[in-house]
Amino acid sequence: MPKDFRIWLGGGFILLLLLAAIFAPLISPFDPLEQDLLSATMAPGQDPSHIIGTDSLGRDVLSRLIFACRIALTVAFVAATLACLAGTFLGMLAGYLGGWWDATISRLIDIWMAFPPVLLSILLVAVLGTGIHSVIAAIVVIDWTRFARVVRAETQQQARLEYTEAATALGMSRGTILFREILPNVVPVILVLLSLEMGIAVIVEAILSFVGLSVSTDTPTWGGMIAEGRQIIYQAWWVLVFPLVTLFLTVLAFNQLGDGLRQWLDPMLKR
Amino acid sequence: MLIEAQKISLDVPDMGHQAVFGQRRKLRILKDVSLSINASETVGIVGESGSGKTSLGRTLLRLYQPSAGQLLFDGQDISSLSRVEMTPLRRRMQMIFQDPQSSLNPRHSIGNILSGALQLHGLDASEKALAAILARVGLPASALQRYPHQLSGGQRQRVGIARAIALRPDFIVADEIVSGLDVSTQAQVLDLLRGLKAEMGMALAFISHDLSVVRHLCDRVIIMRAGEIVEEGRTVDVFAAPKTEFTRNLIDCIPLPEPRPGWL
Repeated sequence: MPKDFRIWLGGGFILLLLLAAIFAPLISPFDPLEQDLLSATMAPGQDPSHIIGTDSLGRDVLSRLIFACRIALTVAFVAATLACLAGTFLGMLAGYLGGWWDATISRLIDIWMAFPPVLLSILLVAVLGTGIHSVIAAIVVIDWTRFARVVRAETQQQARLEYTEAATALGMSRGTILFREILPNVVPVILVLLSLEMGIAVIVEAILSFVGLSVSTDTPTWGGMIAEGRQIIYQAWWVLVFPLVTLFLTVLAFNQLGDGLRQWLDPMLKR
Repeated sequence: MLIEAQKISLDVPDMGHQAVFGQRRKLRILKDVSLSINASETVGIVGESGSGKTSLGRTLLRLYQPSAGQLLFDGQDISSLSRVEMTPLRRRMQMIFQDPQSSLNPRHSIGNILSGALQLHGLDASEKALAAILARVGLPASALQRYPHQLSGGQRQRVGIARAIALRPDFIVADEIVSGLDVSTQAQVLDLLRGLKAEMGMALAFISHDLSVVRHLCDRVIIMRAGEIVEEGRTVDVFAAPKTEFTRNLIDCIPLPEPRPGWL
């Protein structure tokens, strides 16, 4: 069992969000899209049923916050996992096979990382059209390089250890060595990166929905709520602040989980 | 003649020099080395650090491809066989590594390490067979569930030996296998190796810089320096009457059990 409180705190918060996203229709007090102009921009506590207030169209902020978890977490989990699979696969090939493979994949990564990421994602979404699929595609296309670079370096280091040579001496094929011998030793690094990448994916999704390039505007997202709240910041601060704090805490939770995992899974630090 | 090397050379890319264009400069670390090892013979390969003895051992097992010369295993030319073509021969030649800490995969249990080797060559990998192999190297069957970091250095090296003998090979290269162990553990591991050798009768190339160990273990000895063989012969002959200055100096470096009076 990990002793690190960061794993429990970060993981706990993410679990909470996950439950909120799954059971959103059951736990949210209002329909997130239901407008009620008579109770627009109500401050938190002004009406006991709207716990953290309403926005300029009278929609319940808490309900919108809860429903927005669905988009945020879907993007976080799906995009980060896909980026991880693509990046890990290419990184392992480059790191283990070396030579021509390494040269090609490494140059590809260098070129890829020279593009400004925000511009590239906006461009991608503009070409693919808005929607959750495009957001996920944009994140995967941009961020596989993070995994590829780190996994390549780690694979190279593992491949130099004598257990890979021992496996060759036993007559194992390269594929078996890569997946049976090296992969289990690279998994800790991958898990840590995966959790950090989920935090990044949440931010990217928020940026894209802030500029209106994520899902359609009638679906609540944290970025979209922040964009709406920004316009009425002097009249109704809560419309901006609550999604902002939730976003902040979510990314913090993913990062803390990642750091905690790094400490916990590193055999050198553990022993 | 089980293993025969005829004028083999080994080049490796020189990592200290990066060419802007074209290939890296090559460094020749083995120069026209010829040697032969008979079935069930123990040959010591001795030399300073950097003399190429480890590279020689690995080239004999075709872990490295010789850049020139011919390498015969049991009469078959293996000097340019591909990885796949080598696979069936791998069962017959094995290696024991210097550092059992890094030669055993930290993420696999001992049972997993041994069964992986056996299954690869379609041999019996039942719990009973694994326990029998561990018993041969003096480890309890309970070690099967252990992971390498849960064992002591000596026990880890026993696992390294177990992995090599599990396939019942005809030829084993033992590369400085005791240099990472303390003196009493060294003696135990060497006793074990000698016992297994007598019992199973495989040929052994014993790479070491420790002449006193080689003297007790080996039938024949090969002295290497800077990638070349400087002297070779029966152990008793070489130690009794070294032919070259270099060998004489090496032998003079063996610490005496009882220091000469007035040594300090």
